[in-house]
Amino acid sequence: MAEQFVGKAAEFEDGGRRIIRLGQDEVGIFKHEGEYFAYSNYCLHQGGPACEGLTIARVMEKLRDDKTSAGLYFSETDMNFVCPWHGYEYDMRTGECISDRSIKLKRYQVQQKGDDLYVLG
Amino acid sequence: MDLIADRGRRVTVEELNTTKLLAHATEQAKARKYEDMMIVDCDAHHYETENFKEIVEFMENDVFRQLTKSGMNKTRHSIVPGSIGFQDMGGRVTRYPLRSSEKTQAGRQRDVQLGERWMDAMGVDYSCLFPTGMLNIGLHPLKEMENELCWAYNRWLTEKVLPETGGRMYSMLSLPFSDPDECLRHVETFGDRKHVTGFMVTTVRTDTPVHANAYMKVYRAIEERGLSIAFHSGPNWGENIFKSCNRFLAVHALGFSFYNILHCTNWVINGLGERFPKLPVMWVEAGLSWIPFLMQKLDHEYMLRPSECPLLKKKPSDYMRDMYYSTQPMEIQDMGALECTFRMMNAETQLLYASDYPHWDFDLPSTIYDLPFLTDKARHNILGGTAARLFGLQPRNEAQKQNLIKYGNYRPA
Repeated sequence: MAEQFVGKAAEFEDGGRRIIRLGQDEVGIFKHEGEYFAYSNYCLHQGGPACEGLTIARVMEKLRDDKTSAGLYFSETDMNFVCPWHGYEYDMRTGECISDRSIKLKRYQVQQKGDDLYVLG
Repeated sequence: MDLIADRGRRVTVEELNTTKLLAHATEQAKARKYEDMMIVDCDAHHYETENFKEIVEFMENDVFRQLTKSGMNKTRHSIVPGSIGFQDMGGRVTRYPLRSSEKTQAGRQRDVQLGERWMDAMGVDYSCLFPTGMLNIGLHPLKEMENELCWAYNRWLTEKVLPETGGRMYSMLSLPFSDPDECLRHVETFGDRKHVTGFMVTTVRTDTPVHANAYMKVYRAIEERGLSIAFHSGPNWGENIFKSCNRFLAVHALGFSFYNILHCTNWVINGLGERFPKLPVMWVEAGLSWIPFLMQKLDHEYMLRPSECPLLKKKPSDYMRDMYYSTQPMEIQDMGALECTFRMMNAETQLLYASDYPHWDFDLPSTIYDLPFLTDKARHNILGGTAARLFGLQPRNEAQKQNLIKYGNYRPA
């Protein structure tokens, strides 16, 4: 299995990201709440740079018990990253497209050796 | 640069560089050898409002020019964000908030430089440049202001912008459709200018029937010049029927289809296709899924009520198949339905690729190139051959020329 150096863990701030090339693929690596997540940088829609756009909490809608809407709010737990071409949103923890969870970005493993971070592919 | 995310959190992204943003589109263009086929984007946009200071100088009427310039300097902006954040999805489509950060060279029109960047990145040879803000000109309460702004924009575009594009950008100029006499003056003034292939009516309007007698002289003038007419759609949250919608998605999805359905229906059942058989008519930016709906619906009603459409010599769908349609935003969710749509509209000869770039729901050429049910001829025609034939666009290399000849689309200059 090929591995590609990403960078130093100490230099990777929470909320940050790196884009690297791994063979024929580009890979986006995120650090979110202390964990690393790595996905193919090719959007499942039209091939845009899926990992290079905004990261933003999932938008939710609160329903009261009587089924009336109490409005929109940002999730406290679910973070998405957004392809900047058209706005396709992906679940940070799974790479699933939140509009259709049957499709998801290819995921890569991130390995830390000492202070060095690698993506395995 | 920082973008605002949830709860005021700031997310750092690189400043905008269109070439870099579209690097994956360039990969697609190389892998598919787009350089061998002419690709024409029949609906691309620029943000003419960013050039308003230049445009306003071309307004003819002193009073309206002063009024407009005075308004540009006002500092009393509304505290209610009417449309802010909807097109760009709250900054998710980053090229909107980052737009001002993109660097261009001094001394050349910025819009031309940006256009060349995305065209080169996508593998597009020619693009038809349409405005953005001006698409809502039909909503202006003052007919005189619509006239003034269309006139000024058309002068600026044909005198300052298109001449800088080396022939790679052309336009179908905006008509002040609220005033048929002014429309005719625009056709007579601008119709023979270089890089003008026709005229465009923004369909975001409901009080101007396209079949009104007053417009016949306009259509005839366009037809006589061998030019085309395009009807370009859009959304309008202020329209009464859309005031119940609480999401931009709903207004956008329904609005683009609605306005073209409305005006296309009036065009067809009033026999405009019989009256102007040599006038190429194109319906722009409504996607495709409305077309089979309207064909079925109008044919059904026509069979029952032919006495209301005495000018028709064939079914409404036959007239719709005589007209042209732009692809974007193409609904690819159900491939079987899309294939059926292509069959019903004779896409091989009637459909023209459009990107709509840089707007948020743009489509790359690969949305057409990769369709599994297309013949090579259909692929070439839709991506650029049909537009080359319609607008007399010339191939940019020998391979493109041979493909245009092969599929019957070559029109020598």
